[in-house]
Amino acid sequence: MKNKRKEEKQTEFGQNISVKNAELWYGDFKALKNVSIEIPERKITAFIGPSGCGKSTFLKCFNRMNNLVEGCRITGEFRIGDVDIYGKTDVNLLRRNVGMVFQKPNPFPMSVYDNVAYGPRTLGIKKHAELDEIVEKSLRGASMWEELKDRLGKSALGLSGGQQQRLCIARALAANPKILLMDEPTSALDPISTGKIEELAEELKKEITIVIVTHNMQQATRIADETAFFLLGELIEYGDTEKVFSAPADKRTENYITGRFG
Amino acid sequence: MSIRAKYENELNCVFNKLIAMCRDTELAIEKSVNALKQRDRDLAKEVISEDKTIDNEEREIEQDCLKILLMEHPVASDFRDVSAALKMITDLERIADQASDISEISLQFGDEEFIKEPEHIEMMAKLVIGMVKDGVTSYINRDLDAARSLEKRDDLVDELFETVKKDLIELIKTNPANADQAILFMMIAKYLERIGDHAVNIGEWVEYAATGYHRPG
Repeated sequence: MKNKRKEEKQTEFGQNISVKNAELWYGDFKALKNVSIEIPERKITAFIGPSGCGKSTFLKCFNRMNNLVEGCRITGEFRIGDVDIYGKTDVNLLRRNVGMVFQKPNPFPMSVYDNVAYGPRTLGIKKHAELDEIVEKSLRGASMWEELKDRLGKSALGLSGGQQQRLCIARALAANPKILLMDEPTSALDPISTGKIEELAEELKKEITIVIVTHNMQQATRIADETAFFLLGELIEYGDTEKVFSAPADKRTENYITGRFG
Repeated sequence: MSIRAKYENELNCVFNKLIAMCRDTELAIEKSVNALKQRDRDLAKEVISEDKTIDNEEREIEQDCLKILLMEHPVASDFRDVSAALKMITDLERIADQASDISEISLQFGDEEFIKEPEHIEMMAKLVIGMVKDGVTSYINRDLDAARSLEKRDDLVDELFETVKKDLIELIKTNPANADQAILFMMIAKYLERIGDHAVNIGEWVEYAATGYHRPG
């Protein structure tokens, strides 16, 4: 009989992301060109750049979301901790460890509780007490427990946009991820909800590595420890956020962040 | 007008005001030393009263820079340009204060004959006026070499200060009655020496604006 526990142990994910010479094609179009990056654990790393520069495409490589895109071909080395995620890795296990939140909040049309419990249930957790615990922990993790504890049975679709987005973060947290990918998570939100998501990210980075794609450069300066600037599929500059925004090394970064193009 | 063009207009406005403030500051130093040399009490009083104008100029540029920071959220070289301007006006304002202080001292000389003609003080003034001017000009023109040369030029000012000090010590030794004037001359020389230091600060901010690197004090 196969020892499942042993198999799980072999794919123990770390929290840092290491990419070497990544290239990605959508059919004939080369969307990523020789990108290498070392993303540190338990920090917030922001990807910035004009639309179509490849930043979201690159983000989606980290949990193999691009596998779902027809005609997409990826080369290069992607490691999370020591695990080669394009090797013999179980994609479901990878996505449990690398959660994702999208631009538009996408709660399931079910109750708040069921949204958060959905993931754990698919993993076979059925005990009410255990699910209750996960739901509470995840909602607390997303700073939502106090505002939602009396509305757990209500439909998630009745929540505000900001609450829905934080619920999606809670849902991602229910899988106990090591890394959380956020693809423009606040672009559809008002400043107050944006502030809450940013505070949440700051709080979560104590435990989780966060990679965030953002068009809002003030957001990057507010919350990101590291910032990477992409242009036309290339990683132009990557480093300490303060350095990138105060004295960028590359003229193209300077031109983009000062609004001279893009 | 594009957002970028609007921003550049606002920054140009700061540049123009900075050039005007710099010119007024140079004039203040020049007049303060002329007032001393020519024992022109009216000119000395003029420098003291005009210090307010330079204070106001500083306040106005400061407001403009703060508004740019608030409204435009500049980053990279834009951010450094505005930060450097904000820091430079503090130096210029202090320089003008020191010119005013020199004038206050020159009023204390009374009608007695000088114990020594202030030719070294005049030389110091000439040097620091050039340094202040070139400091601000190097900012406007992004002339890194000119900005970096200020430190070397300041060495000459320091040497002259030492010369003035030695001369005055000799004069006091020769005749202790010279001490009253010697102390006043010494203070003036010290103010000019400090003006040289402020000009070096300006050069360091120009270097920061151009490269992102600010020398540790």
